[in-house]
Amino acid sequence: MSAPPAAHTSRAPGAAFILKKALISALVALVLFSLMIGVRTEAGSDGQLTYWTRFGDLAAMVAAVFGGSILIELLRQWWGPVDTARVVPAPVKSALSLAGRMVAPVLLVFTFLVPVLFYDERYILDLAILVLTYVMLGWGLNVVVGLAGLLDLGYVAFYAVGAYSYALLATNFGLSFWVCLPLAGILAAFWGVLLGFPVLRLRGDYLAIVTLAFGEIIRLVIINWQSLTGGPNGVTGIPRPTLFGIPLTPGDDGLAAMLGIEFSPTHRIVFLFYLILALALLTNWVTIRLRRLPIGRAWEALREDEVACRALGINTTTTKLTAFATGAMFGGFAGAFFATRQGFISPESFTFHESALVLAIVVLGGMGSQLGVALAALAMIGGFELFRGLDQYRMLVFGMAMVLLMIWRPRGLIGHRAPTVFLERKQAISSDLVKEGHG
Amino acid sequence: MSGDQILSVDRLSMRFGGIVAVNDLSFNAERRKITALIGPNGAGKTTVFNCITGFYKPTSGAIRLTQDDGHLTQLERLNDFRIAKLARVARTFQNIRLFPGMTALENLMVAQHNALMRASGLTFLGLIGAPSWRSAEQAAIDLARTWLDRIGLLDRADDAAGNLPYGDQRRLEIARAMCTQPALLCLDEPAAGLNARESAALSELLLSIRADQGTSILLIEHDMSVVMEISDHVVVMDHGVKIAEGTPREIRDDPKVIAAYLGTDEEEAIAVMESGT
Amino acid sequence: MDYFAQQLINGLVLGSIYGLIAIGYTMVYGIVGMINFAHGDIFMIGGFIALITFLILVSFGLTAIPLILLVVLLVSMAITALYGWTVERIAYRPLRHSFRLAPMLSAIGMSFVLTNFSQVAQGARVKPVPPIITGGHTLHEGAGGFVVQLSNIQIIVVVTTIVLLALFTWLVSSTRLGRDMRACEQDQTMASLLGVDVDRTISMTFVIGAALAAVAGMMYLLYYGLVDFFMGFVAGIKAFTAAVLGGIGSLPGAMLGGLLIGLIETLWSAYFSVEYKDVAAFSILIVVLIFLPTGLLGRPEVEKV
Repeated sequence: MSAPPAAHTSRAPGAAFILKKALISALVALVLFSLMIGVRTEAGSDGQLTYWTRFGDLAAMVAAVFGGSILIELLRQWWGPVDTARVVPAPVKSALSLAGRMVAPVLLVFTFLVPVLFYDERYILDLAILVLTYVMLGWGLNVVVGLAGLLDLGYVAFYAVGAYSYALLATNFGLSFWVCLPLAGILAAFWGVLLGFPVLRLRGDYLAIVTLAFGEIIRLVIINWQSLTGGPNGVTGIPRPTLFGIPLTPGDDGLAAMLGIEFSPTHRIVFLFYLILALALLTNWVTIRLRRLPIGRAWEALREDEVACRALGINTTTTKLTAFATGAMFGGFAGAFFATRQGFISPESFTFHESALVLAIVVLGGMGSQLGVALAALAMIGGFELFRGLDQYRMLVFGMAMVLLMIWRPRGLIGHRAPTVFLERKQAISSDLVKEGHG
Repeated sequence: MSGDQILSVDRLSMRFGGIVAVNDLSFNAERRKITALIGPNGAGKTTVFNCITGFYKPTSGAIRLTQDDGHLTQLERLNDFRIAKLARVARTFQNIRLFPGMTALENLMVAQHNALMRASGLTFLGLIGAPSWRSAEQAAIDLARTWLDRIGLLDRADDAAGNLPYGDQRRLEIARAMCTQPALLCLDEPAAGLNARESAALSELLLSIRADQGTSILLIEHDMSVVMEISDHVVVMDHGVKIAEGTPREIRDDPKVIAAYLGTDEEEAIAVMESGT
Repeated sequence: MDYFAQQLINGLVLGSIYGLIAIGYTMVYGIVGMINFAHGDIFMIGGFIALITFLILVSFGLTAIPLILLVVLLVSMAITALYGWTVERIAYRPLRHSFRLAPMLSAIGMSFVLTNFSQVAQGARVKPVPPIITGGHTLHEGAGGFVVQLSNIQIIVVVTTIVLLALFTWLVSSTRLGRDMRACEQDQTMASLLGVDVDRTISMTFVIGAALAAVAGMMYLLYYGLVDFFMGFVAGIKAFTAAVLGGIGSLPGAMLGGLLIGLIETLWSAYFSVEYKDVAAFSILIVVLIFLPTGLLGRPEVEKV
């Protein structure tokens, strides 16, 4: 082969081509944005609809599209088509692989030390708790989507079931968090089986939209069943967790008094941090162990080829149900944690956006990879936080990010799958070979 | 033919809307023998397979499987995975259906799913790492290892199945089916795409399976060298009906069979045969 | 009885709107095999474009209602069609040969983009319009004093739908484009080998679907008198339910499904409870997919093993 490593079929189509493309893009943008941006409507105080023009903004947007189009074309030429294989020199490759193996343990140690390192920074601790919650949700959904290949767009339903179970059990019956936690998981898992049973023979897109419908139904029922759930007002006064009965309060019966140290509200935050960390690590440990057991291997085989599974005598319906139920259970645990962390829950926290976010985390992570999901959660939630000030643009950017991600790296960050049993050597399998499952 | 029948297909018919794919088909497969189902393309052979293995529900007819201990199962009413699990019928596919993102070893481990699920106490014993589970898992790995060795893929046990060359994939699929320890092995064109040497190796493998495991084999095949060499009994189909049945020798000389393959009628086939061409 | 008759009329009108949106879903699913999650939001964009065009025309002093309606119809169809084209170009075409999950997630992302774009560009508040077309016809005066009415706007919606449906059926069955679409639906590779411009055909499918959704948006605006940036989500799911109910891939099925969903929703709100009407629609989706996945007019699929 005499072709150079990164061969371009034709170099630089030329400035004229790029300009023409940019011009067309700008023209299209002009038409698209002419009314939506160029004109701004608003309902006046008397209900009358008025409008004013924003031609300046329109011009700016069109110019941005023009410039952006040029930029993208230049980038595309420099970077090459999306799938070009890059030749990586060997020493770089081995250094990268060493770094790759170090990432997980280093990250884990760092996570344990976060409350120590950032003890005084409430904001960072809260953010860390949020990230860990989504890591756990990602790991939970990973069982369903990443391992078993079942497209679930309604994962938020189990999160909601877990949260409301704990909230209602605690406020109505006074049960402690530690009693409610397994109950929340069981209820969520039960719900997962109930929902899963009729729909699991649907494939791909259909399964996705049905699970989406289920998620929405749960949310609507929560909103409307006011006598049970408090409706749109939600449930308030959810008790905070205790360390097996010892509350984290300033009083004499509090943990601080018991340990003989001065009370600080940060104690509760740190406790919550380690609580979610423990729950997340539990999810991770169970998933890793299940992957090595026949049930986990059956999940992955299901994703690879369902027909072959059936030909081998595997009851694919129960296999799918167990994946669904296991994922639901972890979602329920996370929901219970969410309720106790906030002290208050409402249906607004359980919209389709949440399901989409968790799904994006799983797909970005490289379906099936534990580390990938964790990194993706960090990136996404961290990224969201960076947009704190530009709240209204968040979904816009998130949406664009999803589109770009699918175009650039549809298989996610981690590009390979690790086999669960081996005779001689454990070789990572490139994700090009791994199927994505059809439900 | 007298003899111990493992599989009895009785007046099987399969309709898809207006199309009759299989029409009133009856034949038997004998225990510990190799039965071949041949015929031109579109004869309905894979449809018959799909009926036997439960992927299609027959429109009418019966399919009976008799185990070694005499236990009889009516296959036409069962689901695909139940046929594999309870009646111990295993199959391979015309277009190879391995698990490409899993290693060869993992493929063979998945095949032993049901036994391993029992041994893992529906996962719970496995979660706690009970010794009984560990030894069961080791036994499964050993079984997989012997099969990998037998098909000559032991050194590629940890390679992704999707990365294996075509001939190896075909053999792996057979080994995977054998790991379910079936009574009846159904093979759908196992020699498709194999060259002469690979076909010969395949014939050897199938003969050894029949001899060592005592598994009965039912195979669809176009490669006549394989069919002639290993079959004990041949059933010929054309346009959904059985047109001939007998030993390989008898089939080879049957003018109806030749006519079907040539796409001509019987008289012309006889004329061709008698002219000595 | 009169109450029922009124609900029937209302349901059919609502159903026409859903049907127009459903056609877009079913066409796209038929030709590229994906659920266009962003289609409901295209409907929403259509409503907004119609709204803005209305405002501008009225503020310029135009008073001839039929002229206004025509201009609004054409402008919103054109611009929304361009939105549909752009979405397909940016988010779906690059992923056509990627694996199954990719176009779906891309579509979800695009849906978020459109919803948020609308929210940012036009503000989060609901936009009400005064009734542009008023008046109607009394069909029947019942004994209890209940009047069965057929409003002018209802007539306009139904007539527009019928005209468009006729136009569209003619397009699919008798024109070159229609033939190309049907060819691509059955076998893309073969169609391209026979000289069909597959890219262009698929683009046109999205464009036509978007144009119909724009009409639906405009009708919605006229009928309900408001638009808001979130109306695409629920309407989208209901329209998709309609498409599935009618048999995905079947055009008359989409319309039939739309009418049924409209009827069910209206009758449910009238006789049972308004709060749970969306739950009813979602539940129908689930029930249909479980028990009748090919829908009423669809073709059953046999899986090849």
